[in-house]
Amino acid sequence: MSENILEMRNISKSFTGVKALSDVNFQVAKGEIHCLIGENGAGKSTLMKVLSGVYPYGTYEGDIIYEGNVMNFSRISDSVKTGIVIIYQELALFPDLSVYENIFAGNEVKRGGIIDWNETIIKSREMLQKVKLNVNPETPIRELGVGKQQLVEIAKALSKDVKLLILDEPTAALNENDSENLLELLRDLRDQGITCIMISHKLKEVISIADKATVLRDGKTICTLDGAKGEITESSIIKNMVGRDIEDIYPKRPDKKFGSPILEVKNWSAYDQELGRHVVKNVDMHVNKGEIIGIAGLMGSGRTEFALSVFGNPKNYKLEGELLVDGKTRSFKHTSDAIHAGIAYVTEDRKGDGLFLIQDIKSNVTVANLKQISPGGVVNENEEVQVASGYKNSMYIKASSIEQTVGNLSGGNQQKVSLGKWLFVGPKLLILDEPTRGIDVGAKFEIYTIMNKLISEGMSIIMISSELGEVLGMSDRIYIMAEGKIKGELTAEEADQEKIMHFATQ
Amino acid sequence: MNFFTEARSLLKVNIRDYGMYIALFVIMLTFSIMTDGLFMSSRNISNLLDATGYIAVLAVGMTLVIVIRHIDLSVGFAAGFMGAIAAILLSQMGVPFYLTIPIILVLGIVIGMFNGVLVASIGIPSFVSSLAGMLIFRGALLQVTEKTGTIIVKDDNFNAIGNGYLPAIAQIGGLNLLALIIGAITILFFIYSEASKRRQKIKYKFEVVSNQIFVVKMLFVSAIIAYVTWILAGYNGFSWTVVITLAVVIIYHFLTTRTVLGRHIYAVGSNPEAAHLSGINVKKITYIVFGSMGMLSALSGILYTSRLQSATTTAGTLFELDAIAAAYVGGVSAAGGVGKVTGSIIGALVMASLSSGMNLLGVGISYQYMIRGAVLALAVIFDVMTRKKRG
Repeated sequence: MSENILEMRNISKSFTGVKALSDVNFQVAKGEIHCLIGENGAGKSTLMKVLSGVYPYGTYEGDIIYEGNVMNFSRISDSVKTGIVIIYQELALFPDLSVYENIFAGNEVKRGGIIDWNETIIKSREMLQKVKLNVNPETPIRELGVGKQQLVEIAKALSKDVKLLILDEPTAALNENDSENLLELLRDLRDQGITCIMISHKLKEVISIADKATVLRDGKTICTLDGAKGEITESSIIKNMVGRDIEDIYPKRPDKKFGSPILEVKNWSAYDQELGRHVVKNVDMHVNKGEIIGIAGLMGSGRTEFALSVFGNPKNYKLEGELLVDGKTRSFKHTSDAIHAGIAYVTEDRKGDGLFLIQDIKSNVTVANLKQISPGGVVNENEEVQVASGYKNSMYIKASSIEQTVGNLSGGNQQKVSLGKWLFVGPKLLILDEPTRGIDVGAKFEIYTIMNKLISEGMSIIMISSELGEVLGMSDRIYIMAEGKIKGELTAEEADQEKIMHFATQ
Repeated sequence: MNFFTEARSLLKVNIRDYGMYIALFVIMLTFSIMTDGLFMSSRNISNLLDATGYIAVLAVGMTLVIVIRHIDLSVGFAAGFMGAIAAILLSQMGVPFYLTIPIILVLGIVIGMFNGVLVASIGIPSFVSSLAGMLIFRGALLQVTEKTGTIIVKDDNFNAIGNGYLPAIAQIGGLNLLALIIGAITILFFIYSEASKRRQKIKYKFEVVSNQIFVVKMLFVSAIIAYVTWILAGYNGFSWTVVITLAVVIIYHFLTTRTVLGRHIYAVGSNPEAAHLSGINVKKITYIVFGSMGMLSALSGILYTSRLQSATTTAGTLFELDAIAAAYVGGVSAAGGVGKVTGSIIGALVMASLSSGMNLLGVGISYQYMIRGAVLALAVIFDVMTRKKRG
């Protein structure tokens, strides 16, 4: 294990002015399992997309040297031809096609332009044997569990003569048994000479499997740890992952007074029928009046799913457990029930399912509580204008008028419109999901200030966030989620970055 | 900013809204010139409006269906079927006129709601469920007209809906007095409501057009209303069909622009996920929109049956496509959330003017279809292009 199969030199990549990667160096030796680690947004996925040609040559700076040659991939198929195959977290299988059709999709076994199905099936059996998957190749993918689907993806990669296999959080959706099997298979493949890059959030896994581990933070390479030298330990990884200086941009709240619990869940579980697994499992937590609760965790840890399961369950999860609002057991049939009970949810994806981008500010602000300004079902437009202007002024929404289309506003102003919409409902508990994602520092500070003001007016807040600084700076109490479970609870005093990351990567 | 640069920039910004008005104007002008004014004669315009009525009410309902990102192909034969039921109730079962109308309208709501349940609760794509509905209603129409063939309606009240006119009260120089009065009131009401809207906007310091532009716009619209009134007054005045259609447009225009229900419909259309997360019951909105579509199909069936004074085995053929075309020509967007009821009415008038004008010119039916198809395609291309420019 000496020569490098891959070397990425000084890779930089920007998205409309924001640097996602800056001067990243990354070396992978032939025949090793190399883990890539970092917080959400550290640049792991971007780096792998540069490598696989999703971002073509010319859109990034730096060199990719693969098997000794500089590579200029202009599309994914170019990288596949050289033996680089990437398997994404969301599997790219066709659920209604059979296993063998999936394995050779895009890479069909042809004779004179006609697909040879018999040969396809025979070859697919071979591939399935290699990944130790014992299923009939004619089974539709839909009938397999996620663990087996993952193996089919790997079989598909093997059918393309893969030399460098990239897996993006392969075990995120798997149970422990399936995860163990998958790791075992990766070790086998390594012994057959296949190099593997694995992105993972689970440190135990990394420690058990990695020959080397590279840590990225804020688009930069922090270090590469060598397992042979005993450098891959939990503490060393976490130290390198977090070590960011936290700027003090968080406005202080002078007097903190907490009341009785406004929201309580007991043994709360949510089962996603489409995914076929629990997205929230046995969660116990509570929010007191006047409190800001931070929910930390990495992507896919079940934070958003938890919020939705409480907020009227719009995704139709199967719910178990008890939900109490203001001490009373409640069960919401629709988001409107949750809103009536005093809960508001500001979504993490404000463009996708938060705002009505083609409508103007005033329609967006009033939509969730239109009835209040509509006696007899007819909207009182004067009152609507006053309400919307009120929020525009009090939150400093920068727009030419409240008749401006929301799609044309900046991210920070869009977020304020979202907030305004929910404040107009007058909730007791405000759930903010990634409230400051993609907005500039000035707007962030304004949003924190608004949060503090709301708390002082008697509201309670749950803030879901991937930004550790924000969680630490704003929260009174912090829950850390991973795999749909609450892995830890910390008070503001005892919490620090390393403790949170310790729980989040379990 | 001087008058002409402001006018030009207004036109540029609002080209989507003004486009179809301009198109209608150009089409009418072209046909008037080509037919030596025959097209704009009282008789022709009056006929044109009466022939548009039963498509126009469908287009109004279809606008809302398309706004919430669905489609309803069953409305044509549903209208034909319900028209036939109305004829049977009146002629064969002796149900009085004033009972028949509400019965048919309620039947329409039930049929529409059923479609809504299939789409919203069971999750069948509306294209498929309404295609099934189209086949079923076509069969049902044949079934009920099978024994007798065409069912003649002899009820005078019913037939007046499609053929009668508002009484004239008196004639002034050969013009229908009531029509003139209605026209004058409409103009006054229009100017009053626009002026008060403008006052409100100025009060809240919203952007408003300059005084000059405002006056020109008022004069222009008033002139058009006056002209149409004058033309109609020269024939038989306002027909019941026109009155009913106008009533439907006014009610739906109010409903869509001023009420909570209307706002929720557009919210669902522009982002169903966000609507759900805002506490809007998307299913309920879907039921209501399909229910209203069913009711308007019933009304369309009544208008058509009454116009022909009989229910025929082929009533309703291709109505749905005319209604959908009218909605698209009128600026409704297939991407959802965008489209005005008034726009769809203009769309229906554009399509009807094309037919009427080409008939006067003696253009063959084969060319007529091709030209109308081309206009539809152009309208949607225009829609897509102006949208791209904005985004």
